[in-house]
Amino acid sequence: MSNAETHPTYLQHHFADAEQQMDAAKTGMWVFLLTEILTFGGLFIAYAIYRAWNPEMFHFAHKALNASMGALNTIVLITSSLTMALSIWSMQHDKKKQTFWYLMATVLLAATFMVVKYFEYSHKFHLGQLPGKYYTYTGIEGANPHIFFSIYFMMTGLHGLHVLIGIGLIIWLMVRTKKGHFSSKYYTPLEITGLFWHLVDMIWIFLFPLLYLIG
Amino acid sequence: MNNTHTHHITPLWIYLVVASALMVLTIITVAVSNIDLGGFNVLVALGIASIKALLVAFFFMQLWWDKKIYLVIFSTAMLFLTIFLVLTMFDTQTRGYINPEMDGRIKPNAPMYDTMESTSTTH
Repeated sequence: MSNAETHPTYLQHHFADAEQQMDAAKTGMWVFLLTEILTFGGLFIAYAIYRAWNPEMFHFAHKALNASMGALNTIVLITSSLTMALSIWSMQHDKKKQTFWYLMATVLLAATFMVVKYFEYSHKFHLGQLPGKYYTYTGIEGANPHIFFSIYFMMTGLHGLHVLIGIGLIIWLMVRTKKGHFSSKYYTPLEITGLFWHLVDMIWIFLFPLLYLIG
Repeated sequence: MNNTHTHHITPLWIYLVVASALMVLTIITVAVSNIDLGGFNVLVALGIASIKALLVAFFFMQLWWDKKIYLVIFSTAMLFLTIFLVLTMFDTQTRGYINPEMDGRIKPNAPMYDTMESTSTTH
């Protein structure tokens, strides 16, 4: 075996083979996702505590959110998870052009999500349904509705930041796909960015019913 | 050393079926939210969300076929999240058992609402 055969360009010299390299990358990504789950977990627990303390207020305050916009964004994110998975599937079959267009679709869907979020946020800014001491809206029954909006903005804000980071990562993947860095033998960056993107989708799957539907 | 290992390639139809199931479950959770089931509202919503999350984890994130170490890492996150949630709620939900005064708020509304109400009544 020549050196070029055992060490293709994508293989870092400190790994024995491509499989070990991919396992290392994936393990690292899953450990990162563990820390992500626990970060969002803190916010989910804040939600649980304050909801248990203020059940009526949460009920009245959640009606201020637009459930159809939340449902639309759920459909948009699920579709973007599908296009992300299909971009990897295409690369596994060496259909590199198809990978590029599926990544493009994922970015456009993620941007759609942010546009819907922008309309929701600007409406709430306008009404004064803001977190903590910035809250000035008087149309919600029950004590301390500002707590609901503090939690709403923290959870959806941190999630939105993840969507923006995801958009940046997927654009980076589009550039590398265009440059021909990936093939059916090497597509680890696609795979681990996919894991990140699916986790962002998974967190929204919980945020949507908890905030928009049952409050 | 060989580089001829094969990755698991998920058949296309699985992705399409999982995505369709996620869409249908989204429609169901929205439809059910219009029916008042009392205390079951939360359980139904969280139950459907958990099924959706598991579909994403097992099929989109490949946990069904991948090395079991990734499933162990994911389950560890969920286990510690559960410990965090359960022990915290044991505290915050049972404070009134020992001293009933600690059950409710000392002041029902945050101080900011005092000034908010006074400004709205002067107009």
